[in-house]
Amino acid sequence: MEFLSDIASLINSTLRISTPLVFAAMAGIFAERSGVIDFSLEGKMLMAAFVAAVGSYYLGNPWLGLLLAMLACVSLSMLHGFASVTHRGDQVVSCVAINILIIGLTTALAAAWFGQAGLTPTLTGDQRFLEINLPFAQALSDIPIIGIIYSDILSGHYIFVYLAYLSVPIVYWVVFKTSFGLRVRAVGENPSAVDTAGINVFAMRYKALAINGVLIAFAGAHLSTAVNANFFREMSAGRGYLALAAMIFGKWHPKTALIACLLFGFTDALQIRLQGVELPVVGEIPVQLIQAIPYILTVVLLAGFVGKAIAPNAIGQPYIKER
Amino acid sequence: MSNIVVDKSKVPWWVSNLIVPLVNLTLALIVSGVFVFIAGENPIEAVKLIIYGSFGYIQGFAYTLYYTTNFIFTGLAFAVAFHCRLFNIGGEGQAYIGGLGVFLVAINLSFLPVPIVWLLSIFGAFLFGAAWAFIPAYLQATRGSHVVITTIMFNFIASSLMIFLLVDVIRDTAQMAPHTVKLPEQLWLPSFEAFSGILGVKIRYSPLNLTFLLAIASLFFVWFLIWKTRWGYEMRAVGHNTKAAVYAGISPNKNIIIAMCISGGLAGLLGVNEILGVSHKIQAGFPAGYGFTGIAVALMGRNHPIGILPAAFLFGILYQGGSEVTFEMPNITRYMFVAVQGLIILFSGALENLFRPQIESFFVNRLNKDKEAKA
Repeated sequence: MEFLSDIASLINSTLRISTPLVFAAMAGIFAERSGVIDFSLEGKMLMAAFVAAVGSYYLGNPWLGLLLAMLACVSLSMLHGFASVTHRGDQVVSCVAINILIIGLTTALAAAWFGQAGLTPTLTGDQRFLEINLPFAQALSDIPIIGIIYSDILSGHYIFVYLAYLSVPIVYWVVFKTSFGLRVRAVGENPSAVDTAGINVFAMRYKALAINGVLIAFAGAHLSTAVNANFFREMSAGRGYLALAAMIFGKWHPKTALIACLLFGFTDALQIRLQGVELPVVGEIPVQLIQAIPYILTVVLLAGFVGKAIAPNAIGQPYIKER
Repeated sequence: MSNIVVDKSKVPWWVSNLIVPLVNLTLALIVSGVFVFIAGENPIEAVKLIIYGSFGYIQGFAYTLYYTTNFIFTGLAFAVAFHCRLFNIGGEGQAYIGGLGVFLVAINLSFLPVPIVWLLSIFGAFLFGAAWAFIPAYLQATRGSHVVITTIMFNFIASSLMIFLLVDVIRDTAQMAPHTVKLPEQLWLPSFEAFSGILGVKIRYSPLNLTFLLAIASLFFVWFLIWKTRWGYEMRAVGHNTKAAVYAGISPNKNIIIAMCISGGLAGLLGVNEILGVSHKIQAGFPAGYGFTGIAVALMGRNHPIGILPAAFLFGILYQGGSEVTFEMPNITRYMFVAVQGLIILFSGALENLFRPQIESFFVNRLNKDKEAKA
């Protein structure tokens, strides 16, 4: 029984840890499918975490914090679009600029407003999202198997966890089953053909970026108003890049990207579990090396067991309308 | 989007290479001023403090040049890779591992004559930094793994690895803090104070040391490499148009790896300044963001050594003057200057074409009018 509950808690943590990655990967799919590289997921996630924490602290409601985070992230997406779609600046440079700007700005403002440590005040009571216990979780917990799956694994998460996994089929449906999604993919593959068909390439890319901003805001809010009760310096800790790697490994597809995100989440959950544990043969692995596992896994996944990653055809290229 | 069409051949060089970058820099600094204001401090006072802190006294100016040294290395590192259209965001990790190279060479070969140890340590720094860049380079070349992600991951991995080494393997066991023992004193690179002592001037401590000259030499090295050698030509060809380069018989994969390794090696040289020149030991986290600042330095300097020198100096002023600001203004932390870097990358990198057409056409029209007036 102890073994089973260990597995259950590992899966439970995997679902929770993968959540921001899933949102970020879905956000990345929208931007990159439309032909705009988005390395700035990291910066936007951090911005969302900061704005959500500050917003719900002052407004007393985490939903309002989330809303402000969305506004902030959509603005950053628009800035990225302004630089790289409208002014045809280098997309990677624009992303790097946003990431560095946000690392600096969030911590600088947190320090200026809330003291040198660069932490936002701890959210209490109504300011923070609470864990949701699914109906009958308590009652069903004693039933074998079902009880573990329902009560120990599925129940008791923050709302973002459920929303994240709900977002995957929705993103899949929008990108692959609607005419809007078809257009998004088309501007990423062959913008001049789309232009010929009378669709505004620039507007499509801006729309995709706006959705990208909304989705990534959930990831940041999850970090600072749900699993943690405040914002701290560089709290996104590379998750934006991990999600991007998951998306590339998932070949820009929601379903496979989800699997890659879960793999990252699982490795991270396992890594936390392995800290300080004596393993057979190798003994105790130093904690610093265990913590590096997700990053090493990213590199390994990107190197790819399954062939070269093929990006959308027009990715990274600014569209120039013929005159 | 602007519809102004400017004949590029009529734009004088100083407009596109001097006026436009200066306008972009000014925009970045204006927005920075707004942030300082939002943080609750007076931007004008902050500028005064920056100028005093970096120029106001000899010790401050020496610190400015010490920071400049670091930024020349990391700026050049980014620029070399960028000429091959590679984004080496991993300068931070490469510098960290480069520091390991310096230390291991110096501590193990300290029985050799001092100048030889110095040379070998510099070589060690370059080699270790290059090795750390090699894996992302190889994966980019052969597997198409984007270097931006892999080099960022290698920053995290370098940090974990170094902390592990500093805690468990090479820690100075007499101390609790995670750092190594100090190198033997004869190996320390001569500092600026030592030089001024020879000239009979007494100044207070500063971290400026002989590595500054190595940085200046690196500027020449990169200029020569990129514009005067076959390697540089091939790298630029691959960066400019990979397909055309392939038709010309140039191997993109080979050049991606060479460019990244040289780039990583240059970032590794930061370890020479920090370890041989200043702290004489490896401390946890010694690259302290210099690697990332290199991106802003290179983009502001338009990836050319002649531009990188003043850009590195400007960031030296911002860092040294910035520490004066953080000392005097409680609401400003050093992270404000990280944000300023982001703005400079944004305005002189991604948004470099924001006002370029307007500025260029303004000057072209004016010059035309002058000509007509003369005629």
